[in-house]
Amino acid sequence: MADQARFTEQAMEYMPALYSAALRMTRNPADAEDLVQETYLKAYRGFGGFSEGTNLKAWLYRILTNTYINAYRASKRRPEIADVDDVEDLYLYRRLASVPGGDPGRSAEDLVLERFTDDDVKAALESLPDAFRIAVLLADVEGFSYKEIAEITDVPIGTVMSRIHRGRRALQKALHEFGEARGLVVTSPGPAE
Amino acid sequence: MSKGARGVDEGGGASQVPPVVDCADAVHQLYDYLDGELTEERRKAIALHLDLCGSCGEAAEFEQELRMVIANCCRDRVPESLKARIADALHLEAARQAGAAGDRDPAAP
Repeated sequence: MADQARFTEQAMEYMPALYSAALRMTRNPADAEDLVQETYLKAYRGFGGFSEGTNLKAWLYRILTNTYINAYRASKRRPEIADVDDVEDLYLYRRLASVPGGDPGRSAEDLVLERFTDDDVKAALESLPDAFRIAVLLADVEGFSYKEIAEITDVPIGTVMSRIHRGRRALQKALHEFGEARGLVVTSPGPAE
Repeated sequence: MSKGARGVDEGGGASQVPPVVDCADAVHQLYDYLDGELTEERRKAIALHLDLCGSCGEAAEFEQELRMVIANCCRDRVPESLKARIADALHLEAARQAGAAGDRDPAAP
């Protein structure tokens, strides 16, 4: 049993992370704020049922994710299951590495950071269907384990893995498309094998 | 999840030598590797391949960096107004609960 009076001191530190996740989920600040507020209110009410010493952050994310899925997604009547394209492994790496004039002495990080802005990355992430977006968000931004993500999103671990892997590859393809549209990435026929 | 068995395990024959990992294996399991989701034995085998194979090593580094780029781009600042709204909402909820409890049992703290 967790003491409700201690909720504030324990849960407030996660607000920036939850707000960022909410922004990526809802794709707009007004809905994100409502979602985070609702999450905190539900968490406060339910805090008595939270076992202290277990993973509070994961518990909060579970509430956030469920609230989003039940309220926000339903209200927009988005299809329950949207899929992503099948994209091959190392999609972006192979294309960036094959850009003519690319300096092989530059680090991989420079190569990416140079080409894409934060807004590109956010837009690419936000272009993924819910299930994939949430899985990638929880894994890459928050660093949750596959098992934790399975618990947060209430799906089997195999499904989580598939969503993370396919979601990441689809994200790379979206990033590449943004790069092409903005002329940051030279269109190449494909990986140079 | 990962059983590690690939049909060539001759039960009991403890593997002294790390299993050979080729580029296809390494790329296929790269995400599991970077996510820290492999068994220790498998992790070591992939790590060895990434050390020895220049192109897989570079690809792994790229994927790792990309992930950091994704993580770092998604650190939005919480508006002060939202912090205040949530604090207010929780105070209100606490007061509401205290009121409800008070109605039931005046002796309750």
